Amino acid sequence: MTDLNAVLDAARKAGAQQAEAYQIANEETPVKFEANRLKELNSRHSSGVALRVIADGRIGFASSTRPDDVDDLVGAAMETAPFGPEAHFDFPEQAEAPAVETFDPATASFAVDDMIAAGQSLIDTVRKVEPELLCDAQLRRVVGEVTLVNSNGANVSYRGSMLMAWLHGSLIRGTDMLFVGDVDASVSPDLDTARIERTVTWQLEHARNLATMRTAEMPVIFTSSGVADALVMPLTLAFSGRLVQQGQSPLAGKLGDEVYDARLSVHDDATLPMRPASRPFDDEGVASRRTPLVEQGAVRSFMYDLQSAGLAKAASTGSAERSLTSQPNISTTSLIIAPGETTFEEMVKGVKEGLIVEDLMGAGQGNVMGGDFSGNVLLGYKIENGEIVGRVKDTMVAGNVHEALASVSAIGAEARWINGTILTPPLLFDRMAVSAKAS
Amino acid sequence: MSDQLISRDEIEKAVRGHNADYVEIRIDDTAATRLVYRGQELEEIGRTQSFGGCARALVNGGWGFVSFNRPQDIRTRVEEAVSQARHVGTETSVLAPVDPVVDVVPLDVAVDPRTITLARKKEIFDSYNARMLSVDGVTSTNIVYGDAHKHVTFASSEGSYIEQERIDVISRLAATARRNGDMQQSSMSLGALNDFSYVDTLDEAADTIASRAVELLNAPYVEPGVYPVVLDPILAGVFCHEAFGHLSESDFVYENDRMKEIMVLGRKFGRKNLNIVDGAAVPGLRGSFKYDDEGTPAKKTDLIREGVLVGRLHSRETAGKMGEPPSGNARAIDYRFPPIVRMTNTYIEDGDATFDELIGDIKLGVYARNWFGGTTSMEMFTFSAGEAFMIRDGKVAELLRPVKLTGNLFTTLENIDGIARDLDFNQGGGCGKGGQMPLPVSNGSPHIRIQDCVVGER
Repeated sequence: MTDLNAVLDAARKAGAQQAEAYQIANEETPVKFEANRLKELNSRHSSGVALRVIADGRIGFASSTRPDDVDDLVGAAMETAPFGPEAHFDFPEQAEAPAVETFDPATASFAVDDMIAAGQSLIDTVRKVEPELLCDAQLRRVVGEVTLVNSNGANVSYRGSMLMAWLHGSLIRGTDMLFVGDVDASVSPDLDTARIERTVTWQLEHARNLATMRTAEMPVIFTSSGVADALVMPLTLAFSGRLVQQGQSPLAGKLGDEVYDARLSVHDDATLPMRPASRPFDDEGVASRRTPLVEQGAVRSFMYDLQSAGLAKAASTGSAERSLTSQPNISTTSLIIAPGETTFEEMVKGVKEGLIVEDLMGAGQGNVMGGDFSGNVLLGYKIENGEIVGRVKDTMVAGNVHEALASVSAIGAEARWINGTILTPPLLFDRMAVSAKAS
Repeated sequence: MSDQLISRDEIEKAVRGHNADYVEIRIDDTAATRLVYRGQELEEIGRTQSFGGCARALVNGGWGFVSFNRPQDIRTRVEEAVSQARHVGTETSVLAPVDPVVDVVPLDVAVDPRTITLARKKEIFDSYNARMLSVDGVTSTNIVYGDAHKHVTFASSEGSYIEQERIDVISRLAATARRNGDMQQSSMSLGALNDFSYVDTLDEAADTIASRAVELLNAPYVEPGVYPVVLDPILAGVFCHEAFGHLSESDFVYENDRMKEIMVLGRKFGRKNLNIVDGAAVPGLRGSFKYDDEGTPAKKTDLIREGVLVGRLHSRETAGKMGEPPSGNARAIDYRFPPIVRMTNTYIEDGDATFDELIGDIKLGVYARNWFGGTTSMEMFTFSAGEAFMIRDGKVAELLRPVKLTGNLFTTLENIDGIARDLDFNQGGGCGKGGQMPLPVSNGSPHIRIQDCVVGER
């Protein structure tokens, strides 16, 4: 491990007025299954240091995975500083942080053989439902430590652990391909593999028949997975304090306005116990918190890191996230869309002709910053007269997330975690553009 | 590299003497510079130095893979990979034979970005940013510039020892125009291998992007539906990559009997006019190299010849298991990942039509240009055009807001009924697969015409 205080000292000697050193050390162990059987064991041992300096009011940055090259690291950061952006912040002092559980020793000691057994059992269970299903799966264990020190006295460190399970199945008949899958992640080795099995079983059962869609505006239900795939990114991007301050967000100037349906509430929370995205501090050493984004349809706050907060004369919301090689960026941690009152069954029953979106392909293309989303329905079902009648093909759905959420028809009562980081209920929209090629 | 942290001798010693069917080591040393602008502000400037290595082992058909940052750990990490592989393996290892190679490939660089000062790089992009922001109606910009010098050493238990270097130079310019609540963006992604010189020539590009973003505010959405579409070389290249390239990657096929039936060599995919090729041996492009990350020499592989499937992309394992020759397509983005089957430079070859002939007999259609993104599920693909126009009565008509094209690739390739003779390459993309992104690739095509394509808005 690099002596981070020595890095700060060297930076100050080289002319930096302020400095911040960020270190990660991770052990990642993925167990990979291909074509229904164990294929590959991996482990990644990674470590490195990133240095940010403020010299003559400007930010310089460098990172390195080369152990002990303090001089090169400081030299590179100081070389970039004269060209860097003006700093609109000071590195924070040591802050009082909430007690957030991010580490479970049981995950750290969870045996590779147990991961292998869990993966094989997942595959075997879903293949009982559909023996021809060809499955890829992955169990992944991550144990790591983040340390951050700065020249204003902050010295924070925490350990994290995560176990993730992921299953992806394909069923091919002629040139018809069906893809099913689910994923769960947790800080503890208490993965809900039964849920993955239930989800995939449900997908297989409803996908057996093919249904034909037509091009029209019609009701569309996004399942929790569909919401996470298609809507969350264009929605949360608009809450980036940086994009708001630069006038690039459609929500700029709308703080406090009732932009969305009054039943909609959305918040970001880095303090939830045992969630993979939880942490006591963000990646600039700012204490974690719960940040309401939308309350009863009104825009309640935006997300800031230090620099964007400085520019906007706001306070950091502890939303800075970085990898070793990148500078901090504004990001959600655990994103929660509050559940409503309509069960999924009731949603489906109320639709005469419509579409259910479970997996949308290519959703992140197009004018995402403006809130647009669109994509090919990779896994979705047709509703006729209140019943799911089959899987759709060659079907696209498109809309604008801000317009859609202004007039959402129903918010689901059952929220579920997607990827371990997004907790959302299904959402029903009355009119959305669906285009299909009748086959 | 002047200051290699591990000597050739240490690497070759570490890879030998294990009780395994096959062992390889890759050592990767990368130095990168990155500039990011958003609006008036230069938002980010930084330098990163990434040194790391990995060991991969094969025992009885099972793989172990371990990556690491500390060079002194090399021997232990190789042993760890071997013991993992032993834990997994229950079958027979199969790798297509490749002659061991010892080679130190010199860097063939035109204008080396490492010789351009940070001050000069910033001056160039300051000027593009100012040009874009000076266009009336443009409210913001986004510029990303990156260069990365990568030195990779590969050694295998079969006796290969290869050193290769490359420098990727990528740039993305984007302009945003905003009026009331409405926002439109126009962008361009460019790249080059081992050459900085294009970076200095983008004045006109910056002007075009900026004015296009403003024009889009007044453009209508396309009426969603099924149209004949004409794609420009950039977008047709993305189409070729998404709609067919991924399907030709054998790791999707070699253990999947149903896919083998679908992807049987000799199957007709398109009309006589359609020829598709992939190859890192095509020189001077983002996807070009001399050896892949398993030490297999680069090749040029015919995938579709006169509409018929004639070849596919392989790693040594997929080639061995399918009894086909290795194609040199095993690639990893860096030391943290094992090599998997990837494309290199993928393109549709020239046909004999002209652009005017392609649009001449279209009464109502869409002309889609420029790349925004694309993805595939094997059966279905979707990709977005950076800009689009209606075609009316054989002529390019009004500008549209960005469109998205989607389809079933088994029918869509057959629907290509016109190919022009103006092949050009898109070098601005990066491909993602199996968590490895962005991998430098290029794709190319002449203008092509596709009948009956589903076009959606946004």
